[in-house]
Amino acid sequence: MGPTRETTVECTNLRKTYDGKVEAVRGLSLHIEAGECFGLLGPNGAGKTTTIEILEGLLAPTSGEVRIFGHSWKDNPRQLREWIGISLQETRLSEKLNVRETIELFASFYSEPRPAADILEELQLTEKADAWVGKLSGGQKQRLAVATALVGNPRILFLDEPTTGLDPQSRRQLWEIIRVFQKKGGTVLLTTHYMDEAERLCDRLAIVDHGEIIAEGTPSDLIDRLGGHHVVEFQVSKEAGKNANGNDNDNNLERWRSLPSVESVRREDSTVCLSVREPHLTIPALLDVVNRDGHQLEHLSTRQASLEDVFVQLTGRHLRED
Amino acid sequence: MATTEANAPQLNAEKNRPQQSSQPARRNGRWSGYRHLLWARILELKREPEVVFWVFIFPLLLAAGLGIAFRNKPADITSVVVIDGAGARQTLAMLQSSAKGSPDKHSSEQSMVRAKILDREAALKGFHFGKFDLAIEANPDGSYTYYYDPARPESVLSRAEIDAALQSAAGRKDAITTSSQSSSEPGSRYIDFLIPGLLGMNLMNSGMWGVGFALVEMRQRKLLKRFVATPMRRSDFLLALTSSRLVLMVIEVGLLLSFGVLVFHMRVQGSILSVILLGSLGAVTFGGVGLLTACRAQKIESVSGLINLVMMPMWIFSGVFFSYDKFPAMAQPFIKALPLTALNDALRATIIEGASLGSQSGRLLVLAIWGGVSFVLALRWFRWT
Repeated sequence: MGPTRETTVECTNLRKTYDGKVEAVRGLSLHIEAGECFGLLGPNGAGKTTTIEILEGLLAPTSGEVRIFGHSWKDNPRQLREWIGISLQETRLSEKLNVRETIELFASFYSEPRPAADILEELQLTEKADAWVGKLSGGQKQRLAVATALVGNPRILFLDEPTTGLDPQSRRQLWEIIRVFQKKGGTVLLTTHYMDEAERLCDRLAIVDHGEIIAEGTPSDLIDRLGGHHVVEFQVSKEAGKNANGNDNDNNLERWRSLPSVESVRREDSTVCLSVREPHLTIPALLDVVNRDGHQLEHLSTRQASLEDVFVQLTGRHLRED
Repeated sequence: MATTEANAPQLNAEKNRPQQSSQPARRNGRWSGYRHLLWARILELKREPEVVFWVFIFPLLLAAGLGIAFRNKPADITSVVVIDGAGARQTLAMLQSSAKGSPDKHSSEQSMVRAKILDREAALKGFHFGKFDLAIEANPDGSYTYYYDPARPESVLSRAEIDAALQSAAGRKDAITTSSQSSSEPGSRYIDFLIPGLLGMNLMNSGMWGVGFALVEMRQRKLLKRFVATPMRRSDFLLALTSSRLVLMVIEVGLLLSFGVLVFHMRVQGSILSVILLGSLGAVTFGGVGLLTACRAQKIESVSGLINLVMMPMWIFSGVFFSYDKFPAMAQPFIKALPLTALNDALRATIIEGASLGSQSGRLLVLAIWGGVSFVLALRWFRWT
């Protein structure tokens, strides 16, 4: 898988048990190379935040080992803190300080910070430099949170759900900021439950569920594993379906599975989703079957397969169940 | 036009940037974090109107209110009623002649008697409703009956005064000569007692809230967690929080003392330096107690309760508004071991009596032990996340 590069973050067999009962992380191992953007993708409660906080040295694992640039958190915490920049899932920065003061405050903790003016400009906060933090919009607050992570001139950026709750424009702005950091040679580790974010931003990602990695690879690798790059979704009229086949869904699904070029089938409510290699072969055959049975096609669409489909195939659930 | 011109140099700066950011322009020194934390704390306090009110204005209002309410004013005019009857007129005349004959009737200290005659029913009714302090009835045999209420201090006082007036008007001579020294010199008035007590209480309040509450709020906002995710030294953070208290303390002490001096003509007998040193010790001690109170609490609701719980005994026992000598002797050692008692006693001794700090080592020790032990325990149990 490409030339081997310097390993920046490595953890082996990480476990975290809260109060001796709740197993948030169950034997998780990761290996992140310099310069890559690595994503932990998973639903809420999958153990992403616990994992990233253990890597950040903010939580002690119940067992397992973490190494960053070959150092452990016990060896040399101060030096590691100089090298990493962090944005927590929710931090409410002091509302009565303005943006510049906040950045200067965080800059003062690092031995060689970047000039605040550069950071303000890079994160498009120059106009808001004198505004109190309490008066910022959600997107601006999140950019400021990332600014406080970047001001120390870090080599690794840890971002926990950086775009949760942001509007689409603010999300795109943040993605751009992350890409710029990566282009300068920085390494990024982020958690997200947005599959589009993981797909667009991450070079590699691990899909996490119930504290374990259930799949790992580049976004396209993961999608390849579905078998088909396309998804065909359709609905046939309910009454017709019941008359012809009764309620026997499995039987029904098996019929769609046998269509040409179909790799897998699943049903979501009344919609049938087919993973398809070549839609131009599948769709005419599908229409034939529907016509022959005298059913009515109520809806038909095709789209590119996404990480969401990968997650659904692996777990039978959606990333966002809300 | 102006905008295009203004943009040109910026574009040049843009080109130079990569070199600049690859070699950071500045290197932070050892104390850079501490200085910024302290400055940020002071800015935050300054921008919080509630802090300005509770820390600076409220103690002044309290001092003004209590100082005026308990100012040294002439004793109340005694209001008495004479029950109408045979000797009523003569009684009234005796009371009035006694008042006129008083040698220092112009003195503000001299109490005065206001008397009138009413029929029996109206007189007793007025007395029972508190309109009169005393009802006097002249009996046919030349004796007098006083109606007074032993539960009302002014009624008791009035009986003694009227009795003395009537007796002397009837010709009683004083057996011994007495003279009185009035006590309204600056230094011995209630306001002189009150201001050092308010100073102590204010140092306690702002130390407990300024450190304890602020910490828990930052913990709840996950700001503490965000700070420890940087190379910030944890000791710098706690040091900055404590030293912000010292800055505030100087202003608090300065304002309250100047107010006392300017408005109530209070005299500060001890040196200002001693007062400031005491204030610093008090601020740091209560900062430590605040730190301990807040070392684990996750929610501001729970820390608010804790802070009040810790301060309550000191509000009551430490002699802020009145002397703690009134509490039973058994409780005195406990009361004297409280940090606020030690601080108040030391402030009073320094401000009112001009005592030196060296002569109050016991009180300073009590403060230092409270502060020191609190700091050590707080650091051991402190929860950053």
